[in-house]
Amino acid sequence: MSKESIAYVRTELHPTLPPPASAVGPVHWIRMNLFSTWYYGVGTVVSAYLIAWLAWEIFDWAILTAVWHAKDFQDCLERYVGEPVGACWGFVDARFDQFMYGPYDPASYWRPNLTGILLIIGLLPVMFDKIPGRKITGPLMIFVFPWVATALLHGPIEMTTLQSTIGIVITLVLAVGGLFLGFRGRQQYNPGQAMLGFGITYAIAVMYFLAFGFGLDVIGTNKFGGFMLTLVLSAVAIGVSLPLGIVLALGRRANNMPLIQMLCIGFIELIRSVPLITVLFMAQFMLPLFLPEGVDFDNLIRALVGMSLFSSAYMAEVVRGGLQAIPKGQFEAADALGLNYNMSMRLVVLPQALKIVIPNIVSTFIGLFKDTTLVSIIGLLDLLLTMKQSVTSTQWLGMEHTGYIFVGSIYLVCCFGMSRYSIYLEKKLHTGHKR
Amino acid sequence: MAEAKTADMNITDEVAIHINAMHKWYGEFHVLKDINLTVHRGERIVICGPSGSGKSTMIRCINRLEEHQQGDIFVDGIELTNDLKNIDAIRREVGMVFQHFNLFPHLTVLENCVLAPIWVRKTPRKEAEEAAMHFLERVKIPEQAMKYPGQLSGGQQQRVAIARSLCMNPAIMLFDEPTSALDPEMISEVLDTMIDLAESGMTMLCVTHEMGFARKVANRVIFMDGGQIIEQNEPEEFFNNPQSERTKLFLSQILHH
Ligand SMILES: Nc1ncnc2c1ncn2[C@@H]1O[C@H](COP(=O)(O)OP(=O)(O)OP(=O)(O)O)[C@@H](O)[C@H]1O
Ligand SMILES: [Mg+2]
Repeated sequence: MSKESIAYVRTELHPTLPPPASAVGPVHWIRMNLFSTWYYGVGTVVSAYLIAWLAWEIFDWAILTAVWHAKDFQDCLERYVGEPVGACWGFVDARFDQFMYGPYDPASYWRPNLTGILLIIGLLPVMFDKIPGRKITGPLMIFVFPWVATALLHGPIEMTTLQSTIGIVITLVLAVGGLFLGFRGRQQYNPGQAMLGFGITYAIAVMYFLAFGFGLDVIGTNKFGGFMLTLVLSAVAIGVSLPLGIVLALGRRANNMPLIQMLCIGFIELIRSVPLITVLFMAQFMLPLFLPEGVDFDNLIRALVGMSLFSSAYMAEVVRGGLQAIPKGQFEAADALGLNYNMSMRLVVLPQALKIVIPNIVSTFIGLFKDTTLVSIIGLLDLLLTMKQSVTSTQWLGMEHTGYIFVGSIYLVCCFGMSRYSIYLEKKLHTGHKR
Repeated sequence: MAEAKTADMNITDEVAIHINAMHKWYGEFHVLKDINLTVHRGERIVICGPSGSGKSTMIRCINRLEEHQQGDIFVDGIELTNDLKNIDAIRREVGMVFQHFNLFPHLTVLENCVLAPIWVRKTPRKEAEEAAMHFLERVKIPEQAMKYPGQLSGGQQQRVAIARSLCMNPAIMLFDEPTSALDPEMISEVLDTMIDLAESGMTMLCVTHEMGFARKVANRVIFMDGGQIIEQNEPEEFFNNPQSERTKLFLSQILHH
């Protein structure tokens, strides 16, 4: 008897059904998430009220009581206007050019503008799959854009080597020799030789290009300022720190090359244990000690070197975290297939390691972007310092709120954008769970 | 005499792997002791032995995933030394299949298969893809080519791993417990692929405890214990008439439980 009650055979298979209506749809979502218990309900109502109140206050300040046109602070302060005043957009409007370009020559604003447009055009295909042209703009952004940007923003750079006949002859011979070496290396399947050869030629080509640029007027880096300076600093530091960080991270793990390993560890640990401000001061005062006499870098270059090295050390540790998460089997499979070190890193290990640490990489970028404000300490006129100077000018006394909120929102938009892009990238690169 | 397996006709006099008085240490620990082994082209060798006996270590020495400290290893006549050229040449000839598949999770199945041919052998992409599809058909999963490894079952992943190795046209295939991470119902699909490969005349060294496979495919079974080769024989003899006490004990443990 009891045996019969256990045995069971399904004779008809159950059909697949859609989920019940109560498990989907907005009403269900609100019920489940906002009013699941009475205290959640109270919380929801209170928070909704707070959010609405805040939104109204912001709207009132930024739009309703805002002053859109002003010639000086008198148009924007309650005691002169006679009624409550919100944001003073007239101040931002009047000072907009300074905020964007600092002391840069107004007649040449087109130069940073063009640089920015080129940057966007070049980056979009690299950042988004849907926009075609990555294969073209990617290498251009790496090998050409930095020099074009330099030539546009700064103008020609004086190269003493290229001012003497001997210098010109030597560089031209080197360039031709490099080409020869490069092609020979390619013919003999010797990538090291090919890279060295083409590298030499490329370096000399870059030198010539920088020396003449587009024949524009020179605008000294002391004229760089505002948001443009912030962008230059962060773009360079980001552009340098990712590749340099990867190299440092790989070097730190190179157990079979103890000298390189020690150098990398030493560099990373030294830079990481010093505050950025100190690194900036060191770059300003110590860099000249290491350079041969006569070579003089300006303030901006020193800040760029300091920030790039600083962020590279952090980036190296971020990347190392990713490398450590890659199972040993991946390295072994790559080895067993005959991939050499470069290939296995580039094709197998780094793509996975970097994907794992995308959130951390972007955090580092965001931190870096905000840390560019520290260069004001060594006298560079970044966005924040420009704004601070504006509100201390007699014309715009007392405009701090509007100024700080404006500058703050620029940082907010940029950082939030980076953060969203990181989420997009993570989703895009998701390829099912790992096994 | 048992009737000869069809695959036995593939065995030649040519030496594929020659290991001579090879020793290996992990620090102070003497893992492999005096390994001597000659494998002829077309041979299918099954290696078994208790856990920790050094089976993995031995076959991993053959493609230099592990370094040996004493003795010589020749693969295809090339001596395995610290010379990177030799190591690269040997790795191009030797395919390896791992217990945990080790597919590249960020690449599709097809990309997994064409990666090494394109970068190591410099095969044009189109040609490499055609070859890859051929091997994926051979392991019976051409329809999964565009999926990522994470979307496949264990058995399917292991068959992709086999196809990936075959894409390099290796002369020798090493298998390190290819089925021991698989659920029972997936083991046979992987074994079938390996049997198919054996019948095509591939030289195979296979660490496995699938004794049915050993009987069916191997022309030689090697038993290892304590880092040494204890016994080797034709499968029938090995299973029916083991000589060493350790072999008898091992066989009794894995065959009757
Ligand atoms: N990297 C290593 N460092 C130190 N000892 C190791 C290392 N790898 C393996 N061993 C030791 O070497 C011995 C042989 O290991 P090996 O992996 O070759 O065994 P195995 O026969 O493949 O065992 P299993 O059947 O469990 O896979 C074991 O005792 C193991 O603990
Ligand atoms: Mg093992």
